[in-house]
Amino acid sequence: MEYKLPFKEYNKALRKSRLLGLKCNTCGTITCPPKMSCQECSGLDLEITELSGQGSIVTFTTSFGAPQGRENELPYTVLLVKLDEGPWIMGNLIDMETNKINFDIIGRRVKMSSRVYPGDIYSGGSASRPVFSFID
Amino acid sequence: MRKVAVLGMGHSQFCFNAPKTQVELLSEVSLDAITSSNLTVKDVQAAFIGNALGTIAEGQATVQQFAVNDMGCHNIPALRFEGACASGTIAVRDAYMWVASGFYDVVLVAGVEKATALGTPLATRCFSMAGDAKYEFPAGYTFPSAFALLAHLYASHYNMPLAKLKEQMAAVSVQSHHYASKNPLAQLPFEITAEDVLKSFMVSTPIQLHDCCPFTDGAAAVILASEEVAKKIYEKPCYITGVGLATSGQLSTQYKYLPRLRAREISVDQAYKMAGITPQDVDVCELHDCFSIASLIAAESLGFFDFGTAGEAWQKGETKIGGKIPINISGGLKAKGHPIGATGISQLYHICKQLRGEMVDLGVQVEGAKTGLVDTLGGDGCLCHLVVQR
Repeated sequence: MEYKLPFKEYNKALRKSRLLGLKCNTCGTITCPPKMSCQECSGLDLEITELSGQGSIVTFTTSFGAPQGRENELPYTVLLVKLDEGPWIMGNLIDMETNKINFDIIGRRVKMSSRVYPGDIYSGGSASRPVFSFID
Repeated sequence: MRKVAVLGMGHSQFCFNAPKTQVELLSEVSLDAITSSNLTVKDVQAAFIGNALGTIAEGQATVQQFAVNDMGCHNIPALRFEGACASGTIAVRDAYMWVASGFYDVVLVAGVEKATALGTPLATRCFSMAGDAKYEFPAGYTFPSAFALLAHLYASHYNMPLAKLKEQMAAVSVQSHHYASKNPLAQLPFEITAEDVLKSFMVSTPIQLHDCCPFTDGAAAVILASEEVAKKIYEKPCYITGVGLATSGQLSTQYKYLPRLRAREISVDQAYKMAGITPQDVDVCELHDCFSIASLIAAESLGFFDFGTAGEAWQKGETKIGGKIPINISGGLKAKGHPIGATGISQLYHICKQLRGEMVDLGVQVEGAKTGLVDTLGGDGCLCHLVVQR
């Protein structure tokens, strides 16, 4: 059975700041990032759908220690964002200095664009990553 | 299904920069387990080995085959289990099933890791491999950041001021160091204060250095045997009476349950039901405190405290010896250390020591402990549980 939305295709769209997900025609749940099956009901009748990339911050952390090879990115802020369509996705916050970020950003509205993680010897190539900036 | 006993055990010093190889560490702890079971290497029918990062740490894949032939268990089946930080526990669970089924009577379960050989930057990279490589690592997701995300979510979800949660998290680390100071096998056997925690280096907000377990080198081993064998050769067997294992996908897709981890609740429920017990029956618990916040999340899902209240329990001493449920009396991953392939077996070792009443001399015996629980978390969602009884 064919994988409806493979990483390669999802990644290609994300590189252009377009966020693709899968809508389940059985239960209506949106799965993003993509999977073989609906993350709620395991249904296989899925269709590719473009998501708004907008949502609210549900949690965050600013990291001061990095994996090998990513030290030059420090400090950076990782977010979990609840998308307006339902699913949560992970990305980075880009338009606020890390020393100004505090607990109050939880709940704030954000919109998505993307940047590229170039990859390392373990990663099997590069990958686009969602990055977020505040809407208001 | 047959009853399965834990017989002899072995446990290395947990430390930075172990001077021995993974094979050497495995051989030492395994021979301790075999000989203290009143067995010889000829009696071991199969070996189940937990190891997560040896391929990178030493450039050694299939460490299990080299280890068993090194220790003298020539030509026996040897399998490696990889479930990140739960590698050792899932090895125990599989070994349990092979003995319970009647296929084997005597098996060795051992685990090893040499994480400090990697150095902190590469170790951080390798541990992050247990997160989602394609969809979450690109954002710089690491394990400190995973539990940092959960810490902020915990405060938000339970409507708790962050400063209050930070004090509760510090209480967890202080307790773990207190008990590690009495454990000669511990990597960090010294006391710390809440002030030490709150002044330590900020790793990933709100997680500070003393909220984190260290990278660790070490090994541990146990012999599992059928009840029939145990009764013939061993004076004080403990019995594994319940096991559980459940998994989840990447962190973001667990959103309906976070900050709770659904896989933990499914797995521990399997183990409790199989053993025919409830959380109230557990006398002593070793749980997966890779980060201080992880202890709160775990203790609540294991059924010991109401959701959002575990931190208060630590502050009131309810998790100490004499409290409602003594937790991580070994010093936990935080201060005993966390050599990930060996961690679950070390947890089992310390639970069995408690059930056998062998912690009196160290001054950390939970008096009359009859039922113990092991809780181990690997990666974003590999949760494994063992109920052990005497």
